[in-house]
Amino acid sequence: MMDILLAAITALLILGGAGFALVAAIGLNRLPDLYTRMHAASKAGTVGSGLLLLAVGVHAGDLSTFARALAGFFFFVLTAPISAHLLAMAAHKVGYPLCAESVRDEMKDYDKRI
Amino acid sequence: MITYILSLVFAVVWVAVTGSATLHNLIFGFALSTLVLWIVRDEMGARGYWRRLGRILSLLALFLKELALSAWKVAVLVVSPRMDLKPGIFAFPLTVTRDFEITLLANLITLTPGTLSVDVSEDRKSLFVHAIDCSDIEATKRDIANGFERKIMEAFR
Repeated sequence: MMDILLAAITALLILGGAGFALVAAIGLNRLPDLYTRMHAASKAGTVGSGLLLLAVGVHAGDLSTFARALAGFFFFVLTAPISAHLLAMAAHKVGYPLCAESVRDEMKDYDKRI
Repeated sequence: MITYILSLVFAVVWVAVTGSATLHNLIFGFALSTLVLWIVRDEMGARGYWRRLGRILSLLALFLKELALSAWKVAVLVVSPRMDLKPGIFAFPLTVTRDFEITLLANLITLTPGTLSVDVSEDRKSLFVHAIDCSDIEATKRDIANGFERKIMEAFR
């Protein structure tokens, strides 16, 4: 009984993680510019890999593996936003334009001052 | 803050003294040292420890909820046949001042629905945020100020 439950939870986590990873990939393809793409990569990507890591931890069934999976998720959450933020900032500094649908850019004047 | 570091140091000492370096033992040592520090809390002047621990946990809970919600929103947006985008960058006026708090806030903003922090101004007074839906910027600013920023101030001040 316990085994079936664990297997079901693992399967759900893997399916969920894979789904979010897929959505992140579709988002990278469909969204119009780098800034909006970073939204898909940083959020859906983080949750996708987080769920996959949790699946590994649950499936292994011992505490030390689970703790390491949790630590992996923790560091992912810590670093993914920073890489997204750095990419967006670098793109903006070198003048990569926002997509045509964009409604405003309050950072424009700030960049010119540097 | 110093109380947490002390608890951790005591936990490591506990692991060393008992001579079994397992995760269980480390957690047990941490719980034990927290208990000991709680007993001497008045002498140490660390009364805020428990209240603050609760606030940090509440910040964590809020964050996990927002992360799940934000991934879901991005997913829905990406697979909808006609993407309705109104992206843009706005300046969010910062109330928090310390580098550590700004970093935490910027990270939290990136992992919440529809917003992505891009840069901090040189004078550390505003945070430039890219939003996927810029139709109501004032509401977004209010949400950040009343949500994460206030929680960060409560937890670390």
